Amino acid sequence: MSDHEIDAARDDHLADDAPEIPGRRDALRLMGMAPVFAALGWNVTAAERAARFVETLPATVDTAYVTRFFTPREWRTVRLLADYLIPRDDHSGSATDAKAPEFVDYMLMDETTSDASRLAMRGGLAWLDTECRHRFGTSFVGATDAQRRAVLDDIAWPKKAAPAMSVGVAFFNRFRDSIASGFYSSAIGWKDLQYVGNVFNPNWNGCPESATRKLGVSYAEYDAALAAQRNS
Amino acid sequence: MQARTKSTTVYDVCIVGSGAGGGMSAYALTKAGAKVVMLEAGAEWFASKNSKMLMPAYASPRRGASSVRRPFGEFDACDGGWDIEGEPYTVASGSKFRWWRGRMLGGRTNHWGRISLRFGPDDFKGGTKDGMSDDWPITYDDVAPYYDRIDDLIGVFGSHEGMRNNPDGRFLPPPKPRCYELLVKKTADKLGVKCIPSRLSILTQAKPGRAACHYCGQCNRGCATKSNFSSPDVLIGPALATGNLTLITNAMAREVTVGKDGLATGVTYIDKHSGEDRHVSAKVVVLAASACESARIMLNSKSSAFPQGLGNSSGRVGKGLTDTTGTDVAGFIPAMVDHVPHNEDGVGGMHVYMPWWLDNAKLDFPRGYHIEVWGGISQPEYGALGGIQNYPGGGGYGKQLKADYRKYYGAQIGFSGRGEMLPNENSYCELDPTVVDRWGIPVLRFHWEFTDHEYNQIRHMQQTFRSLIAEMGGEVRQPMPTREQGYGIATGGQIIHELGCTQMGNDPNKSVLDANCRAHDCKNLFVADGGPFVTQADKNPTWTILALAWRTSDYITNQRKAGAL
Repeated sequence: MSDHEIDAARDDHLADDAPEIPGRRDALRLMGMAPVFAALGWNVTAAERAARFVETLPATVDTAYVTRFFTPREWRTVRLLADYLIPRDDHSGSATDAKAPEFVDYMLMDETTSDASRLAMRGGLAWLDTECRHRFGTSFVGATDAQRRAVLDDIAWPKKAAPAMSVGVAFFNRFRDSIASGFYSSAIGWKDLQYVGNVFNPNWNGCPESATRKLGVSYAEYDAALAAQRNS
Repeated sequence: MQARTKSTTVYDVCIVGSGAGGGMSAYALTKAGAKVVMLEAGAEWFASKNSKMLMPAYASPRRGASSVRRPFGEFDACDGGWDIEGEPYTVASGSKFRWWRGRMLGGRTNHWGRISLRFGPDDFKGGTKDGMSDDWPITYDDVAPYYDRIDDLIGVFGSHEGMRNNPDGRFLPPPKPRCYELLVKKTADKLGVKCIPSRLSILTQAKPGRAACHYCGQCNRGCATKSNFSSPDVLIGPALATGNLTLITNAMAREVTVGKDGLATGVTYIDKHSGEDRHVSAKVVVLAASACESARIMLNSKSSAFPQGLGNSSGRVGKGLTDTTGTDVAGFIPAMVDHVPHNEDGVGGMHVYMPWWLDNAKLDFPRGYHIEVWGGISQPEYGALGGIQNYPGGGGYGKQLKADYRKYYGAQIGFSGRGEMLPNENSYCELDPTVVDRWGIPVLRFHWEFTDHEYNQIRHMQQTFRSLIAEMGGEVRQPMPTREQGYGIATGGQIIHELGCTQMGNDPNKSVLDANCRAHDCKNLFVADGGPFVTQADKNPTWTILALAWRTSDYITNQRKAGAL
């Protein structure tokens, strides 16, 4: 990222009146409609800066993602499996809604990823298909929902899994961590967890009473304990 | 070898390195009117211009993952690490050691945790106290006025506790603890572990040109509002503003040059852009390249007058190397599940900590440690919520899994112990006889050994942290490490507090520097980093590096005024 883009990103977070920017698609629309905003009295500079910032986000909304690591066949399996892990629910979207598979694919080709990790991912997916073929005569993608769940039920809880399932358990632990990492580090994931930080917050003055009460602690008790400690 | 480009300018002082020691020296010397040239092996970097503060994890497709150049995450300020391409080091057979280097303006002040603790009176007199190490040639009272000045100039928050060996400073008010830190305090009180507000160099009140903290919890990314301490924005910027500082970046120092009279004449360095050898002339040389790098430069400064390297007639350059001891334990805290959504980012570090609270005379290890605290809800980025199968839900998938992630997010508290390692004769560095870096400079070879002094201390840390977590009703996943596993001790160098290698002392046969951090062998050569330290302490070293550097700078200024330099 260039310094300008960083500045733009920072300013957007600092500005009280910055418009909410939900995604790249909206940013592109913003850029196309800048004159319209001007006519409506919008601050064009802010809109452009916001759009420039969002431009730097992974470009996955409007264009078909081209995988760096997964083969087309693996990619279908990965996307399907990812949504078994993190489906849509009352709180938020699914793993594929949050582009978690794209994140996993991207990071598998990262400079910090070992060949052993890449092999474990590729081999794990192959194991999953082999397991499905032995049981149902078809791949994971080709299996029915009930058949897929039968396999997942055998590998998703390590402590309950049969020793013969150890390869599948190891793969699934790894895959679940990767998808969770991608999902919860996304904007959708932040909202799901109700993470409300990463903001310019000069008036922060401790945690709310609802949070301290839950832990059975209080600032008054803390102040008293410190004072007692000093006097002892 | 390529032709050496020699500048005709003769500076008053050449400083090698721009971290805490180099930045402080540049600040004090330029303010006193000296013409100073500073050599930095990395590139220019100011947090106020270059910080990635407040970037959400999802602004990067890597979501903040560590990279080769930034082992603490791609948003982290510091460019450097334990492995730097083209700049190897070697480790002797049977030893384990990892050497961390910052390669940017400000060095590791861009990375550190801002834990700003004064050494106490006992820390300068370990020999007198228990006979297990040498005394420093100076006392707390010699350094205290400089601690005061640094507190005022740089800013540090804390509370007045009146503890003899954890001296109070000139503190800004501390921030309130986070809710889980209140739980830590309450638990520590029950177990008799002293827990107090932390002492970090983060501004809770504004200083001229520097805003008060805005509590985003991202000090490690560098602060765009200069609300915490890093050398470039707090020391080097003002030094540049005097007009007396010439800054040369991408300058890899090779050796200190010496004249026929045995005095330092300047520094030869490699311009990393062109690969050319260059030389700057100066009347005084201050090495502040980090404990080991300064030792390396001295060992590589060989001449007919100094065949063992400059300042090394005692054979002590590279000796007395220590790192802070460390081990960490984290626990799942059931009381913290289903968190109440709120912002507890706070400052970029803990709001409470535990200074050393016990009497070593009653324990099976001679020196103490302090305890750092972490946990709670923080920005979900790369690696967020890993290992869910280890929580009570046991793993799974689907809507139940999502509910578990929500439930267990932030339900963790961790403790890190940071203790004093005693110097020993088997822990040191020297020049490797055959290996050079990409610039042709001979590299360091490390020798390392922990003894039972450290292992017993680490065992005590592990037991204490596990007791604290158990008292909170928490669960630790990993079993207590065994003696064979070193009780979980961090590898030497991993805590990034290398000290020693150019130790100060009154006896020129047993030490490299005198009580003013001047080489016994060379009256215009000084060291202003962690090298002069005689011992560690159960405190982080930065505040003392700053204090010693300012003290040494004052000495240089006075000697210059007296015409002695």
